[in-house]
Amino acid sequence: MLSIKNLKVSINGKKIINGFNLEVKAGEVHAIMGPNGTGKSTLASAIAGKENYVITEGSILYKGKNLFDMAPEIRSREGIFLGFQYPVEIPGVSITNFMKTAVNEHRKYKGLEPLTGSAFLKLMEEKKKVVELQAKLSNRSVNEGFSGGEKKKNEIFQMAMLEPSLAILDETDSGLDIDALRIVANGVNKLRTKDNAFIVITHYQRLLDYIIPDFVHVMYDGRIVKSGGKELAFELEEKGYDWIKKELEEKST
Amino acid sequence: METYKNLKDKILETYSVNSAFLNQTNFLTGIRDKAITHFDTLGFPHNKLEDWRHTKLTGVLENDYSICIEDSDGNVDVNKFFHCDITDLNTYTAVLLNGWFAYKNTPITKLADGTIIASLTHALKEFPEIVKKHYGKYCDIEKNAFEALNTAFALDGIFIYVPDNVIVDKPIQIISILNKKENILVQPRNLVIVGKNSQLKLVHCDDIFSHTPTLTNSLTEIFVDENASVDHYKMQNNDNHSALIATTYFHQKANSKLSSNTITLNGGFIRNNTNVAINGENCETNLYGIYLVDGNQIIDNHTFVDHIKPNSTSNEIFKGVIDNQAKAVFSGKILVRKDAQKTNAFQTNKNILLTDEATINTKPTLEIYADDVKCSHGATVGQLDHEALFYMRSRGISEDNAKMLLMYAFTDEVITKISIEPLREKICQLVNKRLKGELSICDQCVMHCGCDEAVVFNIDMSKI
Ligand SMILES: Nc1ncnc2c1ncn2[C@@H]1O[C@H](COP(=O)(O)OP(=O)(O)OP(=O)(O)O)[C@@H](O)[C@H]1O
Ligand SMILES: [Mg+2]
Repeated sequence: MLSIKNLKVSINGKKIINGFNLEVKAGEVHAIMGPNGTGKSTLASAIAGKENYVITEGSILYKGKNLFDMAPEIRSREGIFLGFQYPVEIPGVSITNFMKTAVNEHRKYKGLEPLTGSAFLKLMEEKKKVVELQAKLSNRSVNEGFSGGEKKKNEIFQMAMLEPSLAILDETDSGLDIDALRIVANGVNKLRTKDNAFIVITHYQRLLDYIIPDFVHVMYDGRIVKSGGKELAFELEEKGYDWIKKELEEKST
Repeated sequence: METYKNLKDKILETYSVNSAFLNQTNFLTGIRDKAITHFDTLGFPHNKLEDWRHTKLTGVLENDYSICIEDSDGNVDVNKFFHCDITDLNTYTAVLLNGWFAYKNTPITKLADGTIIASLTHALKEFPEIVKKHYGKYCDIEKNAFEALNTAFALDGIFIYVPDNVIVDKPIQIISILNKKENILVQPRNLVIVGKNSQLKLVHCDDIFSHTPTLTNSLTEIFVDENASVDHYKMQNNDNHSALIATTYFHQKANSKLSSNTITLNGGFIRNNTNVAINGENCETNLYGIYLVDGNQIIDNHTFVDHIKPNSTSNEIFKGVIDNQAKAVFSGKILVRKDAQKTNAFQTNKNILLTDEATINTKPTLEIYADDVKCSHGATVGQLDHEALFYMRSRGISEDNAKMLLMYAFTDEVITKISIEPLREKICQLVNKRLKGELSICDQCVMHCGCDEAVVFNIDMSKI
């Protein structure tokens, strides 16, 4: 589904992603962990198509197509979803309006008629239940004044609305209380099928108790330095990252 | 035909030739003469004056306008060429055609609750005592040339009188239409009096259809008595050849509430002077404005909030989207006088510039002479939020639609303040259409103005 080869990305002349490789197949869940500032969110944004990122080398193929040829909105309509680490507040745009525009643009892209108002509202109601999003939130402006946890739930709600084939969740678990964490994880599990895939970026092994990954990768200095099964997450939780850094140093000397 | 050196000479000459006619109404005699003298002394404003520093009048004043002192339209059926776009808006309407009260057969309407809607000419004859008490009492003809000019020539306009203790059941709508083939100078004069404990919603629409240069110099005085409440909406949707100087004076007495919304969707040259004197305690004043301009349009909003008495709150929000080479000016003055302790006065002006050539000059002026006050002002000039654009696009929303939604959201803060539901919905739609570039002036005009080509003013998305 997704094939990233030797990806190098710079922002304002600074190298952030530095030879990143990853293969994701349909039905898989990949977890990416790693110290702060190692480029996890940058990678996620590069996949979603953020402008002013300079791709200096490498390729990303998504379902066999070159991602760099697609505008961010096309990537979304092709089934890529990014759950933002820091969801953006958009004062004055209601969630309903926002999602209606998005859903109908997705439909148009697929050659479908736009949803009627009532069909759309029905869909919203259904999907809100998936993440137990409070009813009153949907009339508010996108993320404006939302608590940290509400913002994260709203990301999963949007994911449920858009039914992506590849979802990248950037620290969706950060800032969630224990119940919310379970709700969000259940939301993800409900959407999980053999045809779609997830990349879950997280700092905590705890999330992976709920969303069980097929692979765990450690990202450091802009690339994956270690991969393993879900037991790697336990090891990291226990020992931190120092031992990996040491391993790297030993290798390089 | 005589030729004049300039518009000012022509105006002075016209006045002296018609002085006897103009001064038929007794109590105005002295007023008109004084006004024309002030106009003569002041002359038209120029760029050296602080209040006109960023707005050039020269283009407007170069045209030769005919100055009508008599109604040349006779009894016309306005409905034949004008229908208000807002079909659900159930209002009492009063129409001014080329500056003259249009319903010749019913120059005075008295509602069951005692409210009077009338032609100013007739009100001067029928209710001289009421008119005299307020006419010319709030504007300043010694300082402002346009106000002097209007006062010298004003012959007709709308008179609205709401007695004490009346809640007018429907909004009153003033529609000011210009529809002439020749260049004209039009000077409507309106007077609105809202009695104690009364409530009025007033919608004032300017629709200038003429495709020749026109200059409208309108002056409106609105008196808001104790404990009264006025909701005022000024809708401007004018032809690109038109120039409009719209001056409004509000005078608020104690415990009164005023909300004034200025919505400019189109206009060649527009200067709005909105002045509020808060002359009583515990008043609430809200001034809101939106302007969406493109092409070579010029929009200039000057506001002045004068806190004379203590314990009142004023709040001002003006927002603009400026495209192409359009020019916008905002000048907001707040004066808190020595006695006006415990005043709260807030002001913001936010702008989005869509091109490098679009300009905004924004200037707040705070003059505070009381020591126990809360005042703030802020102005921003910027582009659309790129983070928000990316967020929206990452959900599959096209760049154009994302920009639309953001611009719409930008104006939403002001639109939500509109308390007349059908009006708010219509303005929502108009703003939406306007931002999409689908609409020129209003649907009305495209249908009825007799112009062959439909004019389309695009806000060009690609430039944002
Ligand atoms: N616009 C930018 N300009 C300059 N540097 C940037 C920019 N965006 C990100 N960076 C830098 O790139 C590096 C990687 O940032 P990124 O947000 O991808 O890290 P992360 O792995 O997601 O960290 P965290 O775990 O804290 O979320 C950081 O050093 C950050 O400061
Ligand atoms: Mg991050």
